[in-house]
Amino acid sequence: MSKNLRFKSSKLVDETYRISFKFNNKTYYGYKGDTLASALLASDVHLVGRSFKYHRPRGIMTAGSEEPNAIIQLHDNTSRTEPNVRATEIEIYEGLVASSQNCWPSVNFDIGGINNFLSPIIPAGFYYKTFMWPKSFWEKYEYFIRKSAGLGKSPKETDPDIYEHKYIHCDVLIIGAGISGIIAAKMAAKNGLKTLLMDEKSFLGGSTIYDNSEFSKINNQITSSWLEKEINEISKLENLEIKTRTSVAAFHGYNFLLARENLTDHLPISQRENKIRHRLLKIRSKKVINATGAIERPLIFDNNDRPGILLSSAMKKYIDLYGVACGENNILFTNNDTAYETAMSLLQRGIKVNAIIDNRVEIDSKLSYEVEKNNIRIFKGYTVVDTYGYKRINGLSIMQLSKDGQKVIGKKIKLSCDSLGVSGGWTPAVHLFTQSGGKLKFREDDQVFIPNKYPSDQLSIGSCNGDLSLEEITTNTVLSVKKFLNINNTDYKTFEITTGINKSKRNIWLLPSDKILGKTKSFVDYQNDATAKDIKLALREGFRSIEHVKRYTTTGMGTDQGKLGNMHALGIISETAGTKMGEHGTTTFRPPYTPLTFGTIVGRNVGEFFDIIRRTPIHDWHVANNAKFENVGQWKRAWYYPKANENMHQAVQRESKAARDCAGILDASTLGKIDIQGTDASEFLNRVYTNAWSKLAIGKCRYGLMLNEDGMVYDDGVTTRLDENHYIMTTTTGGAANVLGKLEDYLQTEWPELDVYLSSVTDHYATISVCGPHSKKIVSKVIPDLDFSDEKFPHMSFKNTKIGQIKCRVMRISFTGEQSYEINIQSNYGKSVWEKCMEAGKDFNITPYGTETMHLLRAEKGFIIVGQDTDATMTPIDLQMDWIVSKKKYDFIGKRSLYRSDTIKDDRKQLVGLLTENPKEVLEEGAQIVADIKKSPIEMLGHVTSSYYSPNLNKSIALGVVKGGKKMLGQKLIIPMENKNINVTVADPVFLDKEGERLNAKL
Amino acid sequence: MFLINCPFCGEREQSEFKAGGEAYLERPKQPTELSDDEWAEFLFMRKNIKGVQFERWNHAHGCRKWFNIARDTSNDQIKAVYKMGEKPPVK
Repeated sequence: MSKNLRFKSSKLVDETYRISFKFNNKTYYGYKGDTLASALLASDVHLVGRSFKYHRPRGIMTAGSEEPNAIIQLHDNTSRTEPNVRATEIEIYEGLVASSQNCWPSVNFDIGGINNFLSPIIPAGFYYKTFMWPKSFWEKYEYFIRKSAGLGKSPKETDPDIYEHKYIHCDVLIIGAGISGIIAAKMAAKNGLKTLLMDEKSFLGGSTIYDNSEFSKINNQITSSWLEKEINEISKLENLEIKTRTSVAAFHGYNFLLARENLTDHLPISQRENKIRHRLLKIRSKKVINATGAIERPLIFDNNDRPGILLSSAMKKYIDLYGVACGENNILFTNNDTAYETAMSLLQRGIKVNAIIDNRVEIDSKLSYEVEKNNIRIFKGYTVVDTYGYKRINGLSIMQLSKDGQKVIGKKIKLSCDSLGVSGGWTPAVHLFTQSGGKLKFREDDQVFIPNKYPSDQLSIGSCNGDLSLEEITTNTVLSVKKFLNINNTDYKTFEITTGINKSKRNIWLLPSDKILGKTKSFVDYQNDATAKDIKLALREGFRSIEHVKRYTTTGMGTDQGKLGNMHALGIISETAGTKMGEHGTTTFRPPYTPLTFGTIVGRNVGEFFDIIRRTPIHDWHVANNAKFENVGQWKRAWYYPKANENMHQAVQRESKAARDCAGILDASTLGKIDIQGTDASEFLNRVYTNAWSKLAIGKCRYGLMLNEDGMVYDDGVTTRLDENHYIMTTTTGGAANVLGKLEDYLQTEWPELDVYLSSVTDHYATISVCGPHSKKIVSKVIPDLDFSDEKFPHMSFKNTKIGQIKCRVMRISFTGEQSYEINIQSNYGKSVWEKCMEAGKDFNITPYGTETMHLLRAEKGFIIVGQDTDATMTPIDLQMDWIVSKKKYDFIGKRSLYRSDTIKDDRKQLVGLLTENPKEVLEEGAQIVADIKKSPIEMLGHVTSSYYSPNLNKSIALGVVKGGKKMLGQKLIIPMENKNINVTVADPVFLDKEGERLNAKL
Repeated sequence: MFLINCPFCGEREQSEFKAGGEAYLERPKQPTELSDDEWAEFLFMRKNIKGVQFERWNHAHGCRKWFNIARDTSNDQIKAVYKMGEKPPVK
């Protein structure tokens, strides 16, 4: 290494623990405690990436989560890879492998760099403007644009790491463990409040922890030493939990916050095995204190993005905390006093500061005099007008600012440097505050937005509240925390503060240049390559709202969410438009504050835990018998049972044929079951179903259709009268929970006078449906004591009986059109009764069938499936189910809507049967139905809702909805497909056994 | 995420509840007597106000009870939670 950039550091880096890592295939060394950024800087590597649009070389810009440039891809020797990691946040570990993003073939030679030279013809909105013509070409353009753009590569394999979620409840949550957060934590915890203190860094104390110059003192102690003692004290407090490496991602209403605790990313890979990587904390806190600090602003001047240009505060942090100098020949460029602190930190270690360029003409602080004493040139009232060097800054030129700061005057002076620190003052980090719904106000004197109105029980303290001096921070923090937490006594009395700096600042949003704006590249958003020129262009083109300018120029839309440059964008807009800053407001700050991996968001809910899985009591039998499963809501339902070499079609054809020719058996346990009791149960059913219920005899079953108040079909199912005041209702599998909710709604809010009680019993019973011409013989063998004769046990009736000692209910109801019995028995006996039925049916070729066959069989009968043949726009009349709508009942849910002007129209979509010209041709469900294909545009009449090949009819059958379909019986229609048009004839939706003879068929 | 003080169970996470829209929309006692317009008024028209709005909520994953909430739609503050049939404690 030619340059010596590593200096003794007492703070964070352990120089006895050397770590090797790889960056862009080259091996480097750093020490434990280094971030990837500090270790690279120590090796004199500034160039780490290419910019998004122009592919300009970019270097490390900051030392924290606000980093716009140094976002890299992490790898290890397994399938693990993670894109868009900030090099300034990731702590190095043994085995770290990282590479640059958005460059090809390499960061040193990037073909996309040609965009930089083409930049005069790639202004803001370039893609919108250029690739819109001809319109149809967009898809072709898009392919190339997407290929050349983009950040990192997403991992292709399953994430092998473990994540988890945890709920935390506390009295006070303090976000940020800088000096104000530490003071607040001590006050809260010492007063008996359950306190949680979090910081995204690995250490406590924020930037004050390395404020160790003799110019900065609290109560006559060096500031950093004072703070260290405080930290030492709070770490012993019982009520206080401290979490480092934990960043708050989102601050929602009602003081609900999400934070990510990073547990292993800093460990050597060998030590991560079987450990939880990230923990997503879901926090409910009675009170929240924001102590999120402030982010230094850059300055906007021509070519302000070269590698080697950093925030001045980042430069200070690298030298003070990590012992790393960003260059051997440094220049600082500022409009306020903080850069002088950086200068002192460098000078103390004998690092060269070539010059300080200050926008201000009058500078009056102890530190500035101290710097001058060191013979450092201070150019007062000057600005940088250009910088030089392609992959690393090697010099810059400066000019004097005019009195109003709008122009540059005098001669250009050239200075050399290998690193430039810039400071444009500070922006309070109000992101989380505004996420929670807080409203900001603009403070004119130093041009910052600060919290104004709190939406919940929370407080902002320290620099995120606009208190930017040490004196304000300490004094105001104690005062406001005392009031906020109702504390009478604290250890903190008064603070005696000494600092070398003061608050003066000369704020110029866009610094003037000797070139015209069009010839400059003054970057506002580094990550998205938005320049001052782009923002002005957007305004010239008529954009006024900050939200529109943001979207047009993409300012603030990167992964850093414009943490650095958003304020400048606002400033330039208001200057150009001649409006006041406060009037524009800010763009919306959205969660997460820093990106989260998907793994953190889903936690343990991956694979089989992704969603709740509901299995029927007979599930294991289905598995053992080779069933394929279908998801119905959260249920796993047997779909079909393929034999040896059967495919799905073959299995379904076999099952369907067997169910009609001999016997079939279906697990119907998933159907929703609601137990209804009470003296008004019959009246209640009268009101919720379209048909009449009062006269249903005890022991009888009836099919019912339930509507929404708008007249549209909501659910259906068979309800059985078990006793005078006792019914059991079945609902569709998917609709069970919603039906119960809807019934409760009417009972509790519209008809509280009814004496009715509802109880969900879906999971209490297993339901086994045996159908087919042999079904009676089979169930008679299973339940020999029960009289199954048609006289004693007719269709649509039910019996209480027993299998052995176990009570069960048998219903004779049918969804297939075959003679059919449903045995309902306590869940835990389900499997054994199923096996009994299989045994009893052995001689009759009893065939288990799944949902696919069930659908086919009911379609042959023209029975609808709510949700498949209906879609919340179908009335019972549209479904040709007029027969189930009572004319006599005065009222039921949805009745009035059935004769609204819209629902009585003749040309509504109505359910019809469809038969293909070629009986072998099976239609596609969802296919469009038309009459005239020559007409342009073609009029869509409807679509196919159900379609099967019926092995019992030996032809293709389908159900569909067609405009005015009821009157089209026999009419020819067309189903236009990609390669052909299929001719169909409108038919009766009941394809098989219209007379219902099979229900009582005897073999 | 709201913290809702169910009048039957106490404070619970919003995820346990289901919102049921505007409150005080009484289902007409004699719908068949109404004109299309009058029925449409009940069926479709909602206030959607900015400010304190009375809403129905259901503790769907809890006691299954329906109850009322007075919520300020401009800032999501819940001003009151009260049982069905009770008068709203705020204006």
